[in-house]
Amino acid sequence: MDAIATYALRLGDDSLILGQRLSEWCGHAPALEVDLSLANVALDQVGQATHFLNLAGELEGKGRDGDALAFRRDVMDFTNCLLVEQPNGDFAQTIARQLLFSHYQELLFTALMGSKNATIAAIAAKAVKETSYHATLASDWVVRLGDGTDESKARMVAGLDWMWRFADELFVMDEVDAAAIKAGVGVDKASLRAAWETRIDAVLADATLARPAPRRATTGGRIGRHSEHLGHLLSDMQFLQRAYPGATW
Amino acid sequence: MSDPSKEWPLWEVFVRGKGGLSHRHVGSVHAVDAKMALEHARDTYTRRMEGVSLWVLPSAQIVASDPGDAGALFEPAEDKVYRHPTFYKIPDGITHI
Repeated sequence: MDAIATYALRLGDDSLILGQRLSEWCGHAPALEVDLSLANVALDQVGQATHFLNLAGELEGKGRDGDALAFRRDVMDFTNCLLVEQPNGDFAQTIARQLLFSHYQELLFTALMGSKNATIAAIAAKAVKETSYHATLASDWVVRLGDGTDESKARMVAGLDWMWRFADELFVMDEVDAAAIKAGVGVDKASLRAAWETRIDAVLADATLARPAPRRATTGGRIGRHSEHLGHLLSDMQFLQRAYPGATW
Repeated sequence: MSDPSKEWPLWEVFVRGKGGLSHRHVGSVHAVDAKMALEHARDTYTRRMEGVSLWVLPSAQIVASDPGDAGALFEPAEDKVYRHPTFYKIPDGITHI
């Protein structure tokens, strides 16, 4: 895959893996309404992934479509950031992940609406509305839990503490990003960081929470170095296509 | 959810299907506050493009008529056919009347 195809692949992988993670809540959320909230966010993410992965397959030109890329790739070939593959934990941990990711994704998609790749610009324009809602939903929950009971606050603090070390990777730039920017297709993710921090700090202030202590950043997802959690997620997600290759219904 | 006192309050949900129509009652959601009620209403009742506007209000705020009073309240209207605008011809192309 060339840099532009890889760029689309990374966007798709982020959405796909987060969508799959969130779907694990289906039937298990604290309330029926929350179950639907999380399932809606999951479906939005899977929808974004379908578009980005189909585009990555087209750009690659080897006959792979979004399904092939989602269900017939091995764990080392996934390029999602480590944040989205982190386990759901309790509800607060899931919400912490959503807060950090959705604000990043909203800023990213807003910038990508100006991409010279018309497909990426169009996907971003559609997805940014979904993502804006995800960011609001996550922010509201962080405030409720953070500024809630002793237990909800303790859980929110622990959830944020778990996820915080994976935030740096969202803004890391490498040669794929550089090539995509040169082609007018990608955006400078590092430049989004200040706006992201302003947003996160505002939510944390509302939630009466302090920023988690800085931790040594964990990175590597973009080049296939994943946590132990991704393989287990894929074994669930890919089981059917592995067991019955090409099965349709 | 075994302790009813710990359940989230109930909210009634009204959806406006499209501009010009009135909000219609579609169901209810549980939520701790108005903001959450709107979010839950959005996620529960507008997933398939059902609406352009949402109202939520606490179910406890609804004042309902007593079913026992139904006779006194509603039956007197039954024999007053002249109150129905059925003696008019409705022009073609008028919807939502």
